[in-house]
Amino acid sequence: MFFYILKRLLYAVPIALGVTLVSFMLVHLAPGDALNAIAPADAPADVIEALKSAYGLDRPLPVQYGLWLLRAVQGDLGTSIASGRAVAGEVLSAVGNTLMLAGMASLVGVLVGCVLGALAGYRSGSAVDRIATVLSVVGVSIPHYWLGLVLTIVFSITLGWLPAMGAGSDGSAAWLWDWQHLQYLVLPAATMSVIPMGIITRTVRALVSEMLNKEFVVALRARGLGEAAVFRHIAKNVAPTVMAVAGLQVGYLMGGSILVETVFSWPGTGFLLNTAIFQRDMPLLQGTILVLCMFFVALNLVVDILQPLIDPRMVRA
Amino acid sequence: MNTSPLIHQDRGGPKQALLEVRDLKKYFPVRGSFGAAGKFVHAVDGVSFAVAKGQTLGIVGESGCGKSTTARLVAKLMAPDSGSMVFDGDGVDEFRGIALKDFRRNLQMVFQDSFASLNPRLTVAQTIAFGPQVHGMSAKDAERLARDLLMRVGMEPDQFGARYPHELSGGQRQRVNIARALAFDPRLLILDEAVAALDKSVQAQVLNLLQELKAERQLTYLFISHDLHVVHYLSDQVMVMYLGQIVEIGPVERIYGHAMHPYTQALLSAVPSMDPAHRTMSSPISGDPPNPIDPPAGCRFHDRCPKAQAICQSQAPRLMVVATDPAHQVACHLNDPHAGHGNAPSVEYAATALNEVSA
Amino acid sequence: MPASASLALPGAAPLRATDSPGYWGTVWAQLRRDPVAMAAAALLLLLVLAALLAPWLAPADPYKASMIKRLLPMGSPGHWLGTDELGRDMLTRLMFGGRLSLLMGVVPVAAAFVIGTSIGLFAGYVGGRVNMLIMRTLDIFYAFPSVLLAVAIAGALGPGLSNSLLALTLVFVPQVVRVAESVTTQVRSLDYVEAARMSGAGAFAIIRVHVLGNVLGPIFVYASGLLSVSMILASGLSFLGLGVKPPEPEWGLMLNTLRSAIYLNPWIAALPGAMIFITSVAFNVLADGVRSAMELRT
Repeated sequence: MFFYILKRLLYAVPIALGVTLVSFMLVHLAPGDALNAIAPADAPADVIEALKSAYGLDRPLPVQYGLWLLRAVQGDLGTSIASGRAVAGEVLSAVGNTLMLAGMASLVGVLVGCVLGALAGYRSGSAVDRIATVLSVVGVSIPHYWLGLVLTIVFSITLGWLPAMGAGSDGSAAWLWDWQHLQYLVLPAATMSVIPMGIITRTVRALVSEMLNKEFVVALRARGLGEAAVFRHIAKNVAPTVMAVAGLQVGYLMGGSILVETVFSWPGTGFLLNTAIFQRDMPLLQGTILVLCMFFVALNLVVDILQPLIDPRMVRA
Repeated sequence: MNTSPLIHQDRGGPKQALLEVRDLKKYFPVRGSFGAAGKFVHAVDGVSFAVAKGQTLGIVGESGCGKSTTARLVAKLMAPDSGSMVFDGDGVDEFRGIALKDFRRNLQMVFQDSFASLNPRLTVAQTIAFGPQVHGMSAKDAERLARDLLMRVGMEPDQFGARYPHELSGGQRQRVNIARALAFDPRLLILDEAVAALDKSVQAQVLNLLQELKAERQLTYLFISHDLHVVHYLSDQVMVMYLGQIVEIGPVERIYGHAMHPYTQALLSAVPSMDPAHRTMSSPISGDPPNPIDPPAGCRFHDRCPKAQAICQSQAPRLMVVATDPAHQVACHLNDPHAGHGNAPSVEYAATALNEVSA
Repeated sequence: MPASASLALPGAAPLRATDSPGYWGTVWAQLRRDPVAMAAAALLLLLVLAALLAPWLAPADPYKASMIKRLLPMGSPGHWLGTDELGRDMLTRLMFGGRLSLLMGVVPVAAAFVIGTSIGLFAGYVGGRVNMLIMRTLDIFYAFPSVLLAVAIAGALGPGLSNSLLALTLVFVPQVVRVAESVTTQVRSLDYVEAARMSGAGAFAIIRVHVLGNVLGPIFVYASGLLSVSMILASGLSFLGLGVKPPEPEWGLMLNTLRSAIYLNPWIAALPGAMIFITSVAFNVLADGVRSAMELRT
């Protein structure tokens, strides 16, 4: 078991390195100098040179990569060109917001998905099953940024129950778990929860109905086990897969939050990413992508490690 | 491609064994966890035998004894770790020997799983026609050949030719597999548990078909099975394997009538007899087979053998000729007067020179 | 394979027509009996036709703006679905928008299907170290959530139609390769491929005749599931300002530009998204139907 964890950890290292490389290279894919964002086009040559060396842009690419990586490992992700603040600080505060949003959305989505999926699996072919199937297709097919707009229209503009944008007047720095603040979270979280809900419903439904048809369930019932006990057996069999899928969904939501955060102006990493792209703020862009991907890699690792704890069959060599 | 049906290029003459296998070895590395690399499963560990033309060699043994691996090595679906093969006097894959593609025309195989052996996307006739077309036959001729073969294996081509594998029964599929193998006009046919998955009545039909085909086309068979009755019915020679090695080989009536190796004896007595006067009461073999990974020194069967002695634990027996019948060989210290086993025959009795069959 | 498959191998001249419809023929026959999937197919056909024939069918010019007619509500005379924030007819814009949106949905998936299958087939058939090398390299791309990767690439390359198509293709190729390699590895170890190797055929012939046909099905099913994702992502990119540039009509871009109008005429702002939703549902339902048809035929 220990060797398994060690193997997964060691394996994650080259992946993480590759991710840093891709994050770094992505920004340099852009046609046009990164300098265009910093200096106006008609700046005198010596100013440009000075700026270049200040940002380390005059060194060869591999050196730039190495330096950036070295600093990143120590927690220094550079300075944002647009705001002048440390990238690490901006990303960190944004991560907290996105984590809150993604976490809440995942929780809701997974719970509802499990309940719906289990109900549908137990009552295959009935009305509940059909509703669950429809809901899961909807969940997977709906453009969530559009859903956010629609929910805003209904609950904010038409009914006026919830605020349309933002995270509260004090910003996320002063977050409290009271309705004053929570009301800002409702719509974005509800919007984002639809994605995991659709996928989890479908997964759970398929697994549960497959399990119920298996012979061991017939055997359990023949031995006189009550429905509650049978359900526990099924839950244990279904749990590892669901956990893996749910874990990945959290990562996906964290990384893919940009669209919903743009709709609701939620000050998370996605919103930050948006800003960085449009202001061509290279350090901010690199730093944000890096942190988000590291999160995803770490999450995958955790899921990989936890899986065999729950299901011993799943130790992948 | 030589399209006329029965021209066999008999290069070596009737005395030349069609297939000679010398000291085949195949070890599979075990995917250990972090520190346990370097261990190997000794799937095939020094196997040598010869098959005469027109004969059927039956290979028997428990699951995991290496018979299927041997078959795949002979079929050249896998490369051996060491050892060589001679086909009708020509080395295979050597400088001046037969090229692999020509070799494929001489030796074909019928697999156990009749369903997995057939491409679900092709009709039965297309499957049979594929092989000859690879070797240059035109599509028209290949189709005609496919129809002829289907007829020969007892399936009406107009009715079955355009069917897909999932539309046939197990026995029908296996006939198709046989037809496909015959399409190459091979000289040696390897049948790897080919009838194992069929119902008994269907088995009988397929076995009879195989016998007829063998006589008609002067085929040689390598018949691998764990079913001793079937092997008895079909084979001229029988080879018994245990944990990757040959323990006994000889003419079928000798093996079934006077088996010399304790393992063979145990196998035979484990077969339920139809005769109520000879009921089996006790289990002849006890214990579990040892780990095929890094097997111990000495005879591999010694910990389950009722006749084992100290010598059996320390020294591995070699395959040696039995004094009373030169065609019968066994790898057991009981047969070797010089080995030091208490119950071995005396030196005078074993007057025949020791004939080792290894590289 | 031709619908009336003959005894000849795929690719050879047909020798004799038989009644056997072939693999895709039976899938189609099965699909026809599924009313929900057929409804989705009909809907998709309608949408595609509306998009293709837009230049002839649409009532107005998609670019013609009119400041007096801004944001007319639905049901206004001459403008069944109202007008957008620049006074352009919504119905026309939606029909024309379908061309770009559908294009951005289909092209990346088609490209990824071809490229991904080739790489995956190769990796799966060859096996061994080459396979490991390819798959481990691709593992790095799996470390990126698809939205993030698409946005990052599109963001780096800059806005524009071809850039977003490229970005999306790059996002989907690793996913298709993963499925293709997995299926090819499974098929490769089956007995009939071994039997084909025993026939002395070369690797290309074996792949073409025995592997390809059996592998394309699952890959196709996976890729068809990607169609709706691609549409949503592509429109999402336009929504962020990274895809199609104004004044081109495209559903995602329209969502973006109409956003400011939600306080004045909310439901118009929601229309383009509704189109994305409907199309996406149709894609998914049809893809599910094809998958069920494939499973049921055996």
